[in-house]
Amino acid sequence: MKFENIQQQAQREWEAFNRLERPRILIGAVTCGRAAGALSVRAAFEKELATRSIAADFYEVGCLGMCYAEPLVEIGLPDGQRVMYNNVTEKMVADLVEDVIENGNPRPDLALATLGDAAIEGIPDVSNLPMMEGQVRIILRNAGLIDPTNVHHYVARGGYSGLARALGMMPEEVIKEVKNSGLRGRGGAGFPTGIKWEFARRTQNNTKYVICNADEGDPGAFMDRAVLESDPHAVLEGLTIAAYAIDASQGFIYIRAEYPLAVERLNLAIRQMEELKFLGENIMGTDFNFSIRIKEGAGAFVCGEETALIASIEGRRGMPSSRPPFPSDCGLHGKPTIINNVETLANVSEILNRGAEWFTRYGTEKSRGTKTFALAGKINRTGLIEVPLGITLKDIIFNIGGGIPDGKKFKAVQTGGPSGGCLPEELIELPVNYEELTKAGSIMGSGGMIVMDEDSCMVDIARYFLEFTHKESCGKCTPCRMGSQHLLRMLTEITEGKGTPGHIDTLVKLGETVKSGSLCGLGQTAPNPVLTTVRYFRKEYLSHITDSRCPAGVCQELITYSINENCTGCRVCLRACPADAITGEKKELHVIDPDKCTRCGTCMDVCKFDAVVIS
Amino acid sequence: MAIREITKQDIRGILKEHEQHRDSLIPILQGIQKKLGYISEEAVEVISSHLNISENDIYGVVTFYTQFRFTCPGDHILKVCQGTACHVRGCKRIMNEATKYLGISPGETTSDYKFSLDSVACFGSCALSPVVVIDNTVHGRMSAQKIKRLLKAIE
Ligand SMILES: Cc1cc2nc3c(=O)[nH]c(=O)nc-3n(C[C@H](O)[C@H](O)[C@H](O)COP(=O)(O)O)c2cc1C
Ligand code: SF4
Ligand code: SF4
Ligand code: SF4
Ligand code: FES
Repeated sequence: MKFENIQQQAQREWEAFNRLERPRILIGAVTCGRAAGALSVRAAFEKELATRSIAADFYEVGCLGMCYAEPLVEIGLPDGQRVMYNNVTEKMVADLVEDVIENGNPRPDLALATLGDAAIEGIPDVSNLPMMEGQVRIILRNAGLIDPTNVHHYVARGGYSGLARALGMMPEEVIKEVKNSGLRGRGGAGFPTGIKWEFARRTQNNTKYVICNADEGDPGAFMDRAVLESDPHAVLEGLTIAAYAIDASQGFIYIRAEYPLAVERLNLAIRQMEELKFLGENIMGTDFNFSIRIKEGAGAFVCGEETALIASIEGRRGMPSSRPPFPSDCGLHGKPTIINNVETLANVSEILNRGAEWFTRYGTEKSRGTKTFALAGKINRTGLIEVPLGITLKDIIFNIGGGIPDGKKFKAVQTGGPSGGCLPEELIELPVNYEELTKAGSIMGSGGMIVMDEDSCMVDIARYFLEFTHKESCGKCTPCRMGSQHLLRMLTEITEGKGTPGHIDTLVKLGETVKSGSLCGLGQTAPNPVLTTVRYFRKEYLSHITDSRCPAGVCQELITYSINENCTGCRVCLRACPADAITGEKKELHVIDPDKCTRCGTCMDVCKFDAVVIS
Repeated sequence: MAIREITKQDIRGILKEHEQHRDSLIPILQGIQKKLGYISEEAVEVISSHLNISENDIYGVVTFYTQFRFTCPGDHILKVCQGTACHVRGCKRIMNEATKYLGISPGETTSDYKFSLDSVACFGSCALSPVVVIDNTVHGRMSAQKIKRLLKAIE
């Protein structure tokens, strides 16, 4: 079939999808939605509709990014009314079916936003929600709006037009287009994508490879998962364009094993591409041949590093090797190979569709385009956002993310995961781009943003990250292997109240040594969380060391639990305490025996009167 | 439940699904683990001669990756996320509750082979942290109380 015919069919399907001849229910049901209970909500809807003999269409769509409000359900009616409901529970379903679907009452009290053209009094339009305002969605252009299992939805919204355009150009022109867009790799390092492709193009070889890096090992980040589950074709199209540009005929997607739904979506999407001749031999009627295979990771953070990833695909231990030679000269099986991140490739397909010039409208001079961020931790609106580069941290955390829950104070934000740094409140006006974040001692990284409030201890956070990098260090080079072990030991000592004033200087000195002496990015960046917390939160380190005090009340060895006069003597904590450390008579003030208390925190969790306090 | 076993024939069936090439080593191991729940000594022997890779070399690979295990897991696998978002939102309490309730440490299996407990470094559902996964179902917005209820419901 010709591409125009596919497009026409796609258009027809897309129109039918949006015609709403009968009630249409869209449920955000990728991993995040499912974790919030989306599938049981769907089942409840189906049951309720069946009892009332109402016919409706169901679609499981991707992630709109408003994970804090999940499960999210959009109900569309034949009169054009389209309303999204948040935090839907099974209990709410009967009301929604009766009021909204049967009686056409949009229930503004339960609604989050309207979609489409029909405005409804008392419900804001989705683009006016504080979380959506200020976002520019290029990578997430289809997420939450299309059925990710239907390739025609993707095509109807401009999908594969980029590939069709690329195949009509010379490979060099494609590379030039990507170079002109200013796109930089979104996997962390920010290397210009077009230049990487040019290196691989120039290397002469009959066999070349392209690899999509979907390892997403940064704990606390989920951008790539959301894109792959919500819009897999956007990434696959980008990978195919990359292959054409460098003249590769085999591609791989290296994806972490913790993402089974993404793997399922990719498998399906690849089959659809093959059927439509977007993959295989003579793609779109040209003489370009290309196929894609999925390789599942086996649980090693370091395999996100390019050379380790290649070793892992080759069936070896995922240990990095020194570069040069770079993979673009000598990669998988010694052949020229390019590796690009999921998000980089999702940008590529749209850049080829809309042109480099369009892309340069977003972002800053040196950091073009947009970036997705995964907002998590102590922030009101957790979820996935996409913003133009150059936006300030404050805009992200307070305007889009809605600030800190429970009236607590913002303390710090970790960008770049275990390779990044903890940025304090003083830097809240910092523009988010590659250069500024590096200057502040952090990195852009892949886009995880963990927000912390006054209840997070910065020494504990640094210790947490070092524990992670120490465990994940492949052990090949001494500065990383031994350095991370000693950094971790010292940080643990500080959190246990066994630190000395000399610890801080040693941490900094050793951290610098590990950075400069390590072979790969893991070791080169592992000390960043320590160095930034020492730089911005030295006082907190000193409290631990000189006063044996953890100001945030986190470090177990340095805190004591006690009960204050709010206690009503309800005995709930007494029964829950695993250490039998609580005594007291019914309806009288209870007391914790500090010698018996193991500081497990259970009493604080169960007390309904905020009577248990940490000091 | 007792320890699961796998026949040589099953192993050969898995081998046949892959090219006879070193690149297939990890996918083969993953296939074995999917079927059997763990990597057995016998499986390593068979793979070794099939791919012409020394057993030592295979053990080197298996131990490098955290996904693989050498012991039979329980009927249900509880994985508690220890990723950053979950750490900040107090996953330690959930892990403590799980270890207390099941009477085992992360990486272990109860003696009746009913439960295995693991820690994992992020499931990508950080926005709903703290997160646990029981078998293949992700549960978000966990608390120490909720995990106890979930485990009770399975028993
Ligand atoms: C320890 C380590 C882990 C990494 N993990 C990832 C990852 O999970 N995903 C990713 O895309 N890049 C990761 N990278 C960066 C890759 O090595 C590589 O730079 C990137 O995939 C290149 O793609 P890009 O140019 O499109 O960004 C990691 C690097 C290091 C040193
Ligand atoms: S820096 Fe660390 S992870 Fe990287 S090669 Fe050296 S030991 Fe391995
Ligand atoms: S649970 Fe709270 S109110 Fe009840 S006895 Fe314990 S401290 Fe007092
Ligand atoms: S912190 Fe734990 S051990 Fe200590 S009193 Fe409370 S419940 Fe008991
Ligand atoms: S940190 Fe727990 S799911 Fe990501």
